[in-house]
Parts: sequence; C-alpha cells; structure tokens
Amino acid sequence: MSRLSEVTKRAAINGQKLLIPYLVAGDPNLSATEKLMHQLVKDGADIIELGIPFSDPSSDGPVIQLGAERAIASGTSLTDVCELMKKFRAKNSATPVVLMGYLNPIELMGYEEFTKEVSKADVDGVLVVDMPPAESFDLRQRLRDVDIDTIFLVAPTTGIERAKLITEVCSGYLYYVSLKGVTGGALIDANAIRTRVSELRTLTELPVVIGFGIKDVDSVLKMSDMSDGVIIGSALVSEIGKLSVTGDETSEDVEAATKLIRDARDALQV
Amino acid sequence: MFDQNSNPSIPQQDLEGPDELGHFGPYGGVFVGETLISAVEELARVYEEASKDSAFWEEYDYDLNHYVGRPSPLYFAARLTSLAKGAKIFLKREDLNHTGAHKVNNTIGQALLAKRMGKTRIIAETGAGQHGVATATVAARLGLDCFIYMGAEDIQRQAPNVYRMKLLGATVVSVESGSRTLKDAMNEALRDWATNVDNTYYIIGTVAGPHPYPLLVRDFQCVIGRETRKQALDQFGKLPDALVACVGGGSNAIGMFHPFLKDAEVFMYGVEAGGDGLETGRHAAPLSADDVSPGVLHGNRTYLMADPNGQIMETHSVSAGLDYPGVGPEHSWLKDMKRVKYVAATDKEAMQAFHETTQLEGIIPALESSHAVAYALKLASAMRSDQNIVVNMSGRGDKDIETVARLEGITL
Ligand SMILES: Cc1ncc(COP(=O)(O)O)c(C=O)c1O
Repeated sequence: MSRLSEVTKRAAINGQKLLIPYLVAGDPNLSATEKLMHQLVKDGADIIELGIPFSDPSSDGPVIQLGAERAIASGTSLTDVCELMKKFRAKNSATPVVLMGYLNPIELMGYEEFTKEVSKADVDGVLVVDMPPAESFDLRQRLRDVDIDTIFLVAPTTGIERAKLITEVCSGYLYYVSLKGVTGGALIDANAIRTRVSELRTLTELPVVIGFGIKDVDSVLKMSDMSDGVIIGSALVSEIGKLSVTGDETSEDVEAATKLIRDARDALQV
Repeated sequence: MFDQNSNPSIPQQDLEGPDELGHFGPYGGVFVGETLISAVEELARVYEEASKDSAFWEEYDYDLNHYVGRPSPLYFAARLTSLAKGAKIFLKREDLNHTGAHKVNNTIGQALLAKRMGKTRIIAETGAGQHGVATATVAARLGLDCFIYMGAEDIQRQAPNVYRMKLLGATVVSVESGSRTLKDAMNEALRDWATNVDNTYYIIGTVAGPHPYPLLVRDFQCVIGRETRKQALDQFGKLPDALVACVGGGSNAIGMFHPFLKDAEVFMYGVEAGGDGLETGRHAAPLSADDVSPGVLHGNRTYLMADPNGQIMETHSVSAGLDYPGVGPEHSWLKDMKRVKYVAATDKEAMQAFHETTQLEGIIPALESSHAVAYALKLASAMRSDQNIVVNMSGRGDKDIETVARLEGITL
C-alpha cells in the first residue's frame, strides 16, 4: 500500500482528521524548508504539500505569490525541490509529501525526466494546479507507473458530472477548493461547502480534504468537521515570511512559524 | 529573404484548427485552475452557438460598420515604396478604427458575447493600453462595470491611455507583482475572474489564453484579412504576394493571415519584438529566437520565454503591446508547419520605421506596428516592383509620442 493511502486509511480507522500544511520549497531558503518540514511532522502534520515555486502563480493570492517570489529569489529550481525531498527522506520515511505547483517547470524538465526525478526523491503525490484532467493523461500515466498519485482539485464551480470524472482520474485524496477565488481568500458559506462535500462523498471513496481560506483554529475545526481533513497554506506561508532570508533561523524561529499547525492538532485532538 | 519557391505544401486540414479541445497540433488547449473550467466551457458553448447565429454576426457587422468605421482602407504607401525600391507597399489602416487600433474588432465581438451571457461586469488585461481602451469603450456602451488590469511599468509608459480608460469610466488596477508588465496583468485578471466568476466576463485582448479565446479572438479579427483580400483584388487584381504583421500575442497578425492561409502563393511574415537584438536575450520574440521551447502559461501551451527552470522571463521591448513572453498557440503551430515565417525587428529598427512612416506618409504608427513596417521595408527591397506587400498598420502612435520623446531626450 502506498504511504499516502496508508496514512489516510489509518486516520479514517482512528477517526482522525488529516492535517495538511502547505509551504513553498525554498521559502525563504532550502535549509529552512527542510527544518520546517521536520517541525511540521513533529507538530502533527499527517501529509505535507510542498510547493514548487513558479514565477506566475495565477491561482494564488498575494501571500503565496510572495512565498514563491522568496523561493525564486533564493534560487530554488524544480531540481532543488527534488534534492530537498531526498534530504527530508533521509530522516523521514513515514510522512507522505505531495508536490504542488504549476505545469511549466515540469514541461521544461520534460515529463520523463520529472517522473524519474520525483520517483527517485520518493515523492508520494503530485498536484498540478493548471493541469486539468483533460490535459493530464500523459503525465498521470507516467506517475502511476512509478506508484505516484496524481491529485486533482474540485471547485465550487465544478458541476456534478465533471466532479465524477475528476474522481475517476484522481488518486490519493480529493482536494475540495472551499471558495471561488485564489489561495488565501475568505471563507463565506460553510453550508454550501458542507453540501458540496457530502455530494462528493457519494461519488468517491477517496478522502475529501478542504483547502483555500483555512487560516485559524476556528476554520480548521469547522472545515474538518465536514470533511476528512484540511489544508493550511497561506496562514502558514505568511508566518514563514517572517523568517530571516539569510539562513540563520534558530529552532525557536522555526517552531514559532508553525505554531498554527500545533494549535490545530491540539484542537482536533480534544 | 523572399524566396518564390519556399512555401511548403501543407495538408489543408492542418490549417483548420483548433480541434474541439482547442488544440492546434500540440499547442493551445485549456490549462487553468479548476475554478475557471466551468467558465471557459460555458464560453465555448455560448460562442459555438453564437457563431452559428446569423443575427449575432449581423449585430457584429453593424457595430463594425457604424461604430468602428469599417471597412478600414487599404492604402498604397507610395513614398515608403520609393524608399524601399522594390515591391509596392500597402498599409491596411487598422489605425483608423475607432479607439485607434485593431483591438476594437475583438472587444466589439466579445461584448456581444458578454451581453448574451448576461454578465454584469467586464475585466481585461492590457499592455499598451489599446486593448484596455477598446474594452473600456465597449463596457461604457453596455453600461457595465469595467476593471482593467495593467502592469505598474506599463501604466508609466502609456499614461495617455490610462487616462483615456478612466475617462471612459473604467477602473484601472495597477499590478505590482512579478515584472509589472502585461503577463502579470494577465495573471491578476485570471485571479479576479476566478474570484468573481459568476457575474464577470473576461475579455482577453489577444489570441492567447485557454480555449476558446484563441479561436474566438481570431474569428473577430479575421475581418482584417477578409477585407484585405477583397481590397487587394479590387486594387491590384490579385492576392498580395506577402503579408506582414507585428506579433505580440498575435491577434492582428492572425486576423490578417488566417483568411489567406490556404493560398499557398501568399507569403506571410510575423514580426516579433527584437528589443536590443535577439543575440542579447533582451527581447520579446519567442518564435523567432531559436533558443525558446514550448511551455504552458495563461491557459495554453505555446512557445514561451522561460529560463531553464521554467520560470517565465522578463521580456524587453520599446513597445508595451509586444512585451509578452508567450504568443498565441496557433502561431506556434504555424511556425512549426513553416506556413508563416517569424522574424524580429529591434527597438532601433522600429523607431526608425516609426519616423519614416510619419515623415513620408503622414501616418504616425503605433510602435507595435512600426515593427511590421521596419521588416516590410527590408522585405520590399528584396522583391520585384510588380509584387505587392500588405502591412497591417495595427494601430496609431498617438499613445506612443511620450515614449518616443523620452527616448530621444525631449521633454514635452
Ligand atoms: C497597435 C497594436 N498592435 C499590436 C499589438 C500586439 O497585439 P497582437 O499581437 O495581439 O496584435 C498591440 C497590443 O497592445 C497594439 O496595441
């Protein structure tokens, strides 16, 4: 069984919610990201979404845009992201990591090379924001051949027919985008989200997790109550943005940056 | 430069793109976040239906004739012709359109689609500001709220157009992210669209973006080529030997070229922004620079200026409207098929052509269009005097006089 399905199944059996932090690789530098990843695991993260920095993140709001800009400024390439993963894996072989990014860096590396690299780096899943199912066949097949899941998003604007189609190509978990807009937007209509998520549950056995707009313990509790777990992105990246870029962050600094994840885990535990 | 026997024979069906999913060969397609998929699919459906509705095209034609002032003339540029001492040079006068460029052909068409879809809010990206002005114009006519995204850098260099948009009632949003030019404005417009997708129509200004934009913008711009065809037959009794148009995203060029694609005897040249020169890397010429590979940006796969890590590069051009790292996907396909030859004119060459056109013909061309003139002058010199070149004069240069003055050290 893959690491990702092992973790999601175990959570389901134990009645636990998945806590999935998102951070940008190389923000503010690669060694900080590695420390942050280990800290996040300590804090109770079940899965980590690791962002591949891209210059033109058109689905992201200002906070994650800045995270990507910091990562690019520190010189982080897709190859560096894979190297970072190998370093992380040297100390952690248990926590699933999903690479999340935009298609262009992957196109330039080439699908074949990318598949080889992420497989060597022992990545568990890949989520490409601007690669809808209809354009995903080639990459998805290649990733499947090396047992890497391809994760897709369902949005509030996704019709039921299309959602069904997405669940058929998606593996690992299904990512429900809680709001119309970009990352870091404001949650408005909890009831509508509840309705959509229950509808998705009738379509698939995959765990359904909610992301976009989850920014504090309150929204973590609310959103995890109606799903299998939550993704916390902008709120974490905004804290990471306070780290110094020079690479002299202390373990206290790193701990301070991930406080929300600890708080979320504590709140979910009681 | 001009080789009578060099046009390859291309199977006709290869010129009939896009397919149902918006592909021109390996290019095009739909590469956007899930939130926008339903919106692009709806637009594709609505356009498919509208494009078969003769009432839709009647309204479009009416607006073009009575509001835009079409047909635009095909003008014999006698003195540019004498300057080049070769083929006769004709200018297709899109600069005479209402709002000053070809951009309005597209915004008129998309405004009709917005109306048909019942949208109450219009957004657009703009580089030179011509598309922003053309969008603000149609939004004013429809009485719709209008938000124009424009890079902070471009707001600086195209101040008159910024004010024009404001006069027309649009809100101009300054985009401070990334390189603060057209590509960043497009990112921001896509973010706005995802956020306000229920009530908002996004009028993309060129033949890029996710399907169906490259298709529908092309269809709205093809009026340029259709008129040219008729005017050429009327004025010189045969099809032009060569067509020349500048290529930013590629809308004025495809509008000129497309109605002639299947006429193998008509040679076509797309002129990109050579900036400081292709060899310097400081340009905006993804098709004519030979070190550029295809990639994915703003909803489609196309030739794209990116660094080896896939980060989009900053581009350089004196002309804001050509300062874009990508290009419409159909052009990428036409390049691969060798149906159109893509070349570049440098900032310097464009500036010289700007002055020559102004002084010899009394026409102040847009800096974008000046790139096309610059190349056409070289091309004409290599052709015979019984041959005819049509240059797409995509816009007028009133918006550029401050830039030109500044470059020449003159304070207005
Ligand atoms: C006058 C003029 N010509 C050309 C262009 C380039 O756009 P396209 O390549 O889509 O025609 C612009 C864009 O702003 C323009 O204003």
